[in-house]
Amino acid sequence: MNRKKVMTTIATVATLGLLLGGCANQAAAPGASSAGAGGGLNLDVPVLTSIETPKDAVLPAGDGKATCPSTTTLAYIGAETGANAQLGINIFNGIQLAINEHNKSNPGCQVAFKKFDTEGDPTKATGPVTQATKEDDIIGVIGLPFSGESKATGNIFEQVKLVHITPAATNPGLTTNGWTTFFRGLGNDAVQGPAAATFMTKTLGAKNVYLVQDDSDYGIGLGATTTAALGTALIGSDKVTTGQKDFSATISKIMNSKADAVFYSGYFAEGAPFDQQLVAKGFKGAFVGPDGVKDDQFIKQAGDASANAFFTCPCIPGELIPSFASAYSALTNSQPGTYSIEGYDAATVMLAGIDKGNQDRAKLLDWVKNYDASGLSKHYKWDDKGELQAPAVYGYRVKDGKIVPIGAIG
Amino acid sequence: MLSTVLTALPADSDWINFDVPSLMQNFWSATFDGLTFGAIYALVALGYTLVYGVLNLINFAHSEVFIMGCYAVFFTLSFLGFGPSAPNLGIGAIILNLLLALIAAIVASALTAFLVERLAYRPLRKRNAPRLVYLITAIGASFTIQYLIFLWRGPLPEPALTMFIPTPIFEVFGTIIDSQQIIIVVAAVIMMVVVDQFIRRSRTGRGIRAVAQDPDTATLMGVNKEKIIVTTFIIGGVLAGAAALFYVMKIPSGVQYNGGFILGIKAFAAAVLGGIGNVRGALLGGLLLGLIGNYGQILLGSSQWTDVVAFVVLVLVLLVRPEGILGTSLGRSKA
Repeated sequence: MNRKKVMTTIATVATLGLLLGGCANQAAAPGASSAGAGGGLNLDVPVLTSIETPKDAVLPAGDGKATCPSTTTLAYIGAETGANAQLGINIFNGIQLAINEHNKSNPGCQVAFKKFDTEGDPTKATGPVTQATKEDDIIGVIGLPFSGESKATGNIFEQVKLVHITPAATNPGLTTNGWTTFFRGLGNDAVQGPAAATFMTKTLGAKNVYLVQDDSDYGIGLGATTTAALGTALIGSDKVTTGQKDFSATISKIMNSKADAVFYSGYFAEGAPFDQQLVAKGFKGAFVGPDGVKDDQFIKQAGDASANAFFTCPCIPGELIPSFASAYSALTNSQPGTYSIEGYDAATVMLAGIDKGNQDRAKLLDWVKNYDASGLSKHYKWDDKGELQAPAVYGYRVKDGKIVPIGAIG
Repeated sequence: MLSTVLTALPADSDWINFDVPSLMQNFWSATFDGLTFGAIYALVALGYTLVYGVLNLINFAHSEVFIMGCYAVFFTLSFLGFGPSAPNLGIGAIILNLLLALIAAIVASALTAFLVERLAYRPLRKRNAPRLVYLITAIGASFTIQYLIFLWRGPLPEPALTMFIPTPIFEVFGTIIDSQQIIIVVAAVIMMVVVDQFIRRSRTGRGIRAVAQDPDTATLMGVNKEKIIVTTFIIGGVLAGAAALFYVMKIPSGVQYNGGFILGIKAFAAAVLGGIGNVRGALLGGLLLGLIGNYGQILLGSSQWTDVVAFVVLVLVLLVRPEGILGTSLGRSKA
């Protein structure tokens, strides 16, 4: 009896509370916030609809005459599960497509493909990497996708001289460890940071940029290069934590700073609730995130707030390469995602090497080191540290609930 | 003492600096945001406190009682047609929908709390298990529910649902208070007052206090101990369900398999800070923890400090008052 009473009372009271708030909802809004006005911004950046692909691009199919031992194996090591799994899925589907195309056209050379899951977590990555290096059939690896896990495992690859091309890790420090087996298949954050800064101040016309970074190697590294490139356009910065859900303290600083653009240096798992709460507090400016934020999950988790979002990415919009996009959708029933084309191209570099008879770890490493040819997305030639010589950075934006490219930036 | 420690640390790094102007500038907005989140902590903290008061048991599965409420809110609102865009509905319709979500959350959370009590604790109580065993089953129940949700829904948070766009209501000290903050704080405080009064005045409340004070004597006096324990778990669940609605309102992408974990720890800390077993202590502890975390983060300039500051304050308070700020247990509460 009493239990019933307390339930009824609680329900009634909750109704009252909601009613109170609801009525208040109708009250006139005094003194609308002037913070985050964003009036002077050029937010209507046109969408890019096609890109040019190199005419001499090397394709995984090759000439169809390659022969290799049936044990020849390439591996993907990176996230398959975990909060940032989607990025890993995009990559290994790209690799899978390259290997399928190769094997279909080369009956004499059937390359096997193995996947190892790191969950994108530096503390969990050493296990799978060690396991992969112990399998002698694996002569080349595409991975690891994230900067933290790449930093934690580079030495393991180095010790066994196993070549690996990261299709996504962008922390500049990764190539300063003296590793000879690490190659980066895209531009790093020393390129992305300045490109992002130019994009915000020139393309969007932002005068006051607020920079927020997370506590990952990636977020800190990119935060530093962007901060340096922004110069006086930077009016404040703050740090958030991986796994954080409530950003009210940071947002309060941003609103008081009158910023017209916010740059979030981190991943979408935090970036999405951050943007959502920022917009809910009345922020009218632009939200700009790097490749770690550019993900369809960002739109799902930020909801309609994501309409103010722009992204920078050293990745090429694979969806605009018709042959690649249609083959990819035939394989996965989805459009190519961020880094799908980079995974495809990195696999192509190694498959081309295998077709040319480089079928052990030492020879394939040598092949990649001296590689000088175009892939579908761009030209691949590395310097002696393992950095690409001519990387590109693209801008993207959210339009009608989708991430669409807006062209090369920076 | 503190200055020696600070000077002993490497001087070249800027690992800590005090940004007083920023705290001054953001003081009021940090206060109101801190109170809003603190109110949610407080509602969850009540669940820990009530169960501890009655059973001297820390119900670690309470964070999952809370997250089940969040999932109920998500599913109810998705079913009612809410999505990433704010619904194009009148005030009345929105309130009606939110009420349905609230009821669903309360039912889901209360049911989870009931089941946890039935399956994880009651069988042990029947066998007079030692107290340590309860701690292990509590943690076990928590992990079990968490990973069942993981297997069911996967690792990613559910897509965001917008209940309504918060509108500015009035301005205090140059800071705008919006409708969302008002709803959360007002509704949470009213619910806590109701629970407080219920425990102080009602017959069942008297039973809860009696069991908390001395279960054996209470049983001799004709109090049905088992019934009281179940009621206590259910009240905790009801409040966690309400907290779930407010949490999803504030953080739409918070519906995730492990989404209750950190919040649960914070709420537990809030209960200890205010005095575990004390209903008013949970409210005070929750609000304080919300405030301290926000101030600390703004003063020290990064979110990594939020929890450091909150827990340092917790330890300092417990050094001075080991029983928490308001101290008295449920059984001895003045009534």
